[in-house]
Amino acid sequence: MAALVSVATTVGIVISLFVPAFQFFQEVPLTDFLFGTTWSPTFANPGFGVWPLVVGTLLITVIASIVALPLGLGSAVYLSEYAEDRVRRTLKPALEVLAGIPTVIYGFFALTLVTPLLRWLIPGDAEIPQIYNALSAGLVMGVMIIPTIASLSEDAMSAVPSGLRQGAFALGSNRRQVATRVVVPAALSGITAAFVLGISRAIGETMIVVMAAGLQPNTSWNPLEIHQTMTAFIASTAAGDIATGTTIYKTIFAVGALLFVMTFVMNMISIRLVRRYREVYE
Amino acid sequence: MTITAPPPPPSPATPAARPLLKATGEPLRERAFKWMLWFCMAVGLVTLVVLLVYVFIRGWGALDTRLVTNMPSSVLPATAGAQSAITGTLWLMVFTAIWAMPTGILAAIYLEEYGDPTRWYNRVIEINILNLAAVPSIVFGILGLAFISRGLGFGPTILTGSITLALLVLPIVVIASREAIRAVPQSIRAGSLALGATRWQTVYRQVLPAAIPGIATGAILALSRAIGEAAPLLMLGVSFVRFNPDGLMSTFTALPVQIYNWTTESRPEYTELAAAASVVLLVLLLAMNSVAIYIRNKTQRRW
Repeated sequence: MAALVSVATTVGIVISLFVPAFQFFQEVPLTDFLFGTTWSPTFANPGFGVWPLVVGTLLITVIASIVALPLGLGSAVYLSEYAEDRVRRTLKPALEVLAGIPTVIYGFFALTLVTPLLRWLIPGDAEIPQIYNALSAGLVMGVMIIPTIASLSEDAMSAVPSGLRQGAFALGSNRRQVATRVVVPAALSGITAAFVLGISRAIGETMIVVMAAGLQPNTSWNPLEIHQTMTAFIASTAAGDIATGTTIYKTIFAVGALLFVMTFVMNMISIRLVRRYREVYE
Repeated sequence: MTITAPPPPPSPATPAARPLLKATGEPLRERAFKWMLWFCMAVGLVTLVVLLVYVFIRGWGALDTRLVTNMPSSVLPATAGAQSAITGTLWLMVFTAIWAMPTGILAAIYLEEYGDPTRWYNRVIEINILNLAAVPSIVFGILGLAFISRGLGFGPTILTGSITLALLVLPIVVIASREAIRAVPQSIRAGSLALGATRWQTVYRQVLPAAIPGIATGAILALSRAIGEAAPLLMLGVSFVRFNPDGLMSTFTALPVQIYNWTTESRPEYTELAAAASVVLLVLLLAMNSVAIYIRNKTQRRW
């Protein structure tokens, strides 16, 4: 049946990632990969420590989360608790347009507008931040995931029965108190699911970081410097024509497997949490 | 805000009355909180507007018919167009739809109409689809590279690209179709079955026609996700091509890939071209979404 195609896809992904990744780990010990701090697979004296890529990924994800989590939650509270029905029906789709913009256009935007803007805003040396930097990529990615977080959180808040709200109002609470002390806590599992899914999207996003954050591994946590993420490494390495079966070809799959495991775990957590609030209120 | 007290007492007001009257206005805290929420909304919306306006202004100088009539060029930016990228994207969309739509709709029919949701394997399929919807697109690129492009030896062709993108959007098609099918009331099915129709006849003649608008909307949204994807195509090795695709086994380029290539060029003319191609991509997306909204408004039925 057609439904099995989805299962076959997952099996395909797992096989296509883990078989070459396994071969990779026969050539490079797993501990070198996970705990090494030099990532230079193309050099004559190659280093296969994935840590610099993880730093880049985490740094940009953290920046994106700092932007998107509060703004997304704030938008959701506004849409669910404050906006009138008519306003919500215009603003929610408008916000969701943000999620539909191709990421390559976000990358273009980050590189050609946000980075020069940051250079102008940050006083001092004109070369700071570097032309490719984690901050610009992170900020734009944050805006990109606002609708993911806002939409899912708003769904969770709308699922909170209005009886709870009315009870709180009857006890003399005002809107802010109802929103922050009743609705948000009641929808917490759904909101957490939204956060987790948003962060998972940030970790897996490719084009913005390839275009705006650069392609040079970096272990420093300075957001004004160039950083390479796991996804950026995969994309740039595969795009260069490399021979099947070489160690460098297999690194794509090793890094891809790590990425898949990270996002898979987060997605499962998110799906679980969504189920929980559905079971409680429906 | 001052409120005139209804009965004006001649004697000086009792001290307790004043705070009571003041409390009827909206406290500063409430207003600050509301403003903060407004600000949260505004950041996203303002960025959206800035982005759209910026891309349009940046690409204005290169926005003319040569985008459609000329081929890309890496040496002559003044006459470079995006014809092969536009035709490549169109070919890609048609075949992505051909692979993803029937599979996705059949999967949705199975899960909604036939599958017993308490069976473990149906729950595995269901959770698996939800998870697949959130797998990074680049991972699908790895799958396409390893299995389809190199494993089956198809290379970076329309066939490889469209299969990869079809797998990528399949979960979206399934989830949207399931919702559309679920919205068809149970009484329609019961009525059809009571008149002696078989299960498949009920699905094919009653449920599916009723669910078509929802399915079509979901399908278009899925395609608008596929049309903007660059990362998996880059993985497959799709890059610079100066001819229109002529078949499934033809190599190709696509608009997002072309935008990426032009952005990485250092000459400013190419930045302008990247912006202009972005406008073309956004217009295509807008057209698709308008069709989706039109279908939804035109055929929306209330049960």
